[in-house]
Amino acid sequence: MTTAISVSGLVKQFGTTRALDGLDLTVRAGEVHGFLGPNGAGKTTTLRILLGLLRADGGSVRLLGGDPWREAVNLHRRLAYVPGEVNLWPNLTGGEVIDLLGALRGGLDLKRRTVLLERFQLDPAKKCRAYSKGNRQKVALVAALASDVELYLLDEPTSGLDPLMEAVFQGVVQELRDAGRTVLLSSHILAEVETLCDRVTIIRAGRTAESGTFDELRHLSRTTVAVETRRPLGTLRELPGIHDVRVDGTRACFSVDPDELGGVLRHLVEFDVRSLTSSPPTLEELFLRHYEDGAAAQAAPGPGGAR
Amino acid sequence: MSALTGTVALTRLAFRRDRVALPAWITGLSALMAAFAAMTVGALATEQDVIHETEFMAGNPALRMLGLASGPTVGGYAMIRSHVTLAILAVLMSVFAVVRHTRQSEATGRSELVGSAVVGRYGSLASAVVVTVAANAVLAVALGLALIANGQPVEGSFVAGASIAGVGLVFTGVAAVTSQLSSSSRGANGTAVAALGFAFLLSGVGNMLGSVDTSGLRVVSAWPAWLSPIGWGQQMRPFGGDHWWPLILFAASFIVLLGIAGALAARRDFGRGLLREQPGPADARPGLLSPLGLIRRLQRGAVRGWAIGMLGFGLVFGAVSGSADDLEGSAREWYRRMGGTDEIADAYLTSIVSMAAMAIAVCTVQLLLRVRAEEPEGPLESVLATAVSRPRWAVSQVLSTWLTAAGLLLLFALGMGLTAGQVLGDTAGQLRGLTGAVLAQLPGIMVISGCVTAAVGVLPRWSVPVSWSVLLASILLGPLFGPTLNMPQWAQNISVFTHAARAPAAEVTAGPIAVLTVISLALVAAGTVSFRRRSLVLPA
Repeated sequence: MTTAISVSGLVKQFGTTRALDGLDLTVRAGEVHGFLGPNGAGKTTTLRILLGLLRADGGSVRLLGGDPWREAVNLHRRLAYVPGEVNLWPNLTGGEVIDLLGALRGGLDLKRRTVLLERFQLDPAKKCRAYSKGNRQKVALVAALASDVELYLLDEPTSGLDPLMEAVFQGVVQELRDAGRTVLLSSHILAEVETLCDRVTIIRAGRTAESGTFDELRHLSRTTVAVETRRPLGTLRELPGIHDVRVDGTRACFSVDPDELGGVLRHLVEFDVRSLTSSPPTLEELFLRHYEDGAAAQAAPGPGGAR
Repeated sequence: MSALTGTVALTRLAFRRDRVALPAWITGLSALMAAFAAMTVGALATEQDVIHETEFMAGNPALRMLGLASGPTVGGYAMIRSHVTLAILAVLMSVFAVVRHTRQSEATGRSELVGSAVVGRYGSLASAVVVTVAANAVLAVALGLALIANGQPVEGSFVAGASIAGVGLVFTGVAAVTSQLSSSSRGANGTAVAALGFAFLLSGVGNMLGSVDTSGLRVVSAWPAWLSPIGWGQQMRPFGGDHWWPLILFAASFIVLLGIAGALAARRDFGRGLLREQPGPADARPGLLSPLGLIRRLQRGAVRGWAIGMLGFGLVFGAVSGSADDLEGSAREWYRRMGGTDEIADAYLTSIVSMAAMAIAVCTVQLLLRVRAEEPEGPLESVLATAVSRPRWAVSQVLSTWLTAAGLLLLFALGMGLTAGQVLGDTAGQLRGLTGAVLAQLPGIMVISGCVTAAVGVLPRWSVPVSWSVLLASILLGPLFGPTLNMPQWAQNISVFTHAARAPAAEVTAGPIAVLTVISLALVAAGTVSFRRRSLVLPA
């Protein structure tokens, strides 16, 4: 089996709100797949449908070769889930919750449990009501990551973690990838997705906006260039494929469409370049551009977002 | 800097924060008082009506739990009907206010801001108490005015107001103590409300076991009523003697409780209760590791409380079973009808068994809704994302609840059998008879919990009000109140308790038991199937 998750044309309606509006998502077995979108784009709703907790109103969903609504129990033995908002039982300890969720899933790797508790520096003897948000998230993470399963569904798993713990988390996910496991990581933290993910799906207002590897997605974006020359730069605006130009005598800053970069550089050389820095588009910019474009399109009435 | 430094400033802050909430409570309670009074004035037009209705309230043991008759006056009758309700609301107003300004402020970190300023150790407690006592003082006057506005005697009206606000005053002290003990506001409120439940039980049992004087219009309470602040309020007997002296009991217990709260406050750390959050086990015991294990753990606290309550209920009512023979008039008539036999001892036992069954039905609704809360509050998401099927989850909670109900019935039978055996003789026989009698009540309780399961499956968003409404209707239309309230037979037949066995007064027949069991299983099946087929209602 090469496809772990395949979703097409997924629709979910909450009352009058269309939370998902024809979403497509394909996750290959063995990859770490980023699921990116702003709050309310429909990430959590998608994951809950993948788990059979919510019923889809339209479209098709396959997960590990099965139908998550009909075969939830059998599929759940093969996956682990970290919910976006970790709600636990206030009077159970973290250790009890980890053991309980592990047992209900069908077993826990006790050695991994010990190691993960150590790495995440979590005290399992505390009652859940005494944990901070980050620590509750760690409980859910240890419970999920200590299970030996094929697929991990993680819904914004690092939103409460400090940078140190985020690094620990990234290390653990790298190990899962090396071990050939599949991970679907929903997030709005781009740096995290950029470090961890092989491929990414960007979702906006319940629809897939973009999907592919980072290289593929970067073709869609512009390179940012900062340049300083000996001779004053003329106006650059009429060059093809150039955007956001700011010229200040011998300094300039702009962005260029990937296909026009060569032409622009040839033009710059004539002004005797002293220094030049170019940065590849970060996912951040890619992301922002998507939402700026989207926001313009959204100015016309469209479906409201929901999680 | 003294321990009370900053109290004035904090009190002003507390008044400002409560400038809407407390006036709203006081206005609402006064309006309720006025409505009760106006209703009574309208309904009891003649002296004859007043005597007749008061006699009825005095003579009926079940209704005596709800109010104390103090003679034939319109105002007195209004107080029989309203005192407990208003006292409970006054207590809730006071408890919430105290906890809001002490424990809750600490939990949300507000008082950390304030505490770093020039504020003494007792500052926040003192300001909470000042505000709440002031609210109760205003409440006493407002309630009195509400009665006077309805043409009631002035002194009685203010005695009535004080008899309600006095209960609020005592529980201001109780809440001051519980907010030192517990480290969460939920815990502080919960402990205080549990104390309220206990106070209600004591006054209710005291009145129920009391005796009616020769006029048949005035109940003399038994000793348990004197252990309860609600009982003290009733003993002020507004419009029927107008005693002011129980105010001393209110004031004295308030001062003692405040002293305890102060002593506790001096011994605890900021942000924590005296009952520390103990670290628990780092690993789960095997008993927890199943849906049933988790559900039993979630229900554990409530089940413990109910177990103590039902055992006590059985012990107390068994102990007084001998006095049933002395009952006369309408009280005897009530037991005869409730028990369905002229044999008064059996009629009494049957009535109490029936009441216990209703109490345990309340418990099952509470337990099932406790587990139901896992869905909107979120933890259920994690459970159902594992290999636990929804039918397994639904059936586990029903099973756990039914087992609890059976256990509580048996505990009650044990308590009642032991003491009734002492009074009536033949303890072994009593235990045997009562065990059979209580187990025959189980199918009716199962139907009520089946209704809850069906409601959760079919109408998840409305399951809480629907469940409590079904329960309340079943109790009101059932044999405890239905005949007394002159409900038509078809309406009484809606209540499952109308169809429950009447043992030991009558033989238990298999027919109704089988039918009720089948209905309960069908309801559970319907609820489980709907729960399987719908989307979960999870937090956003």
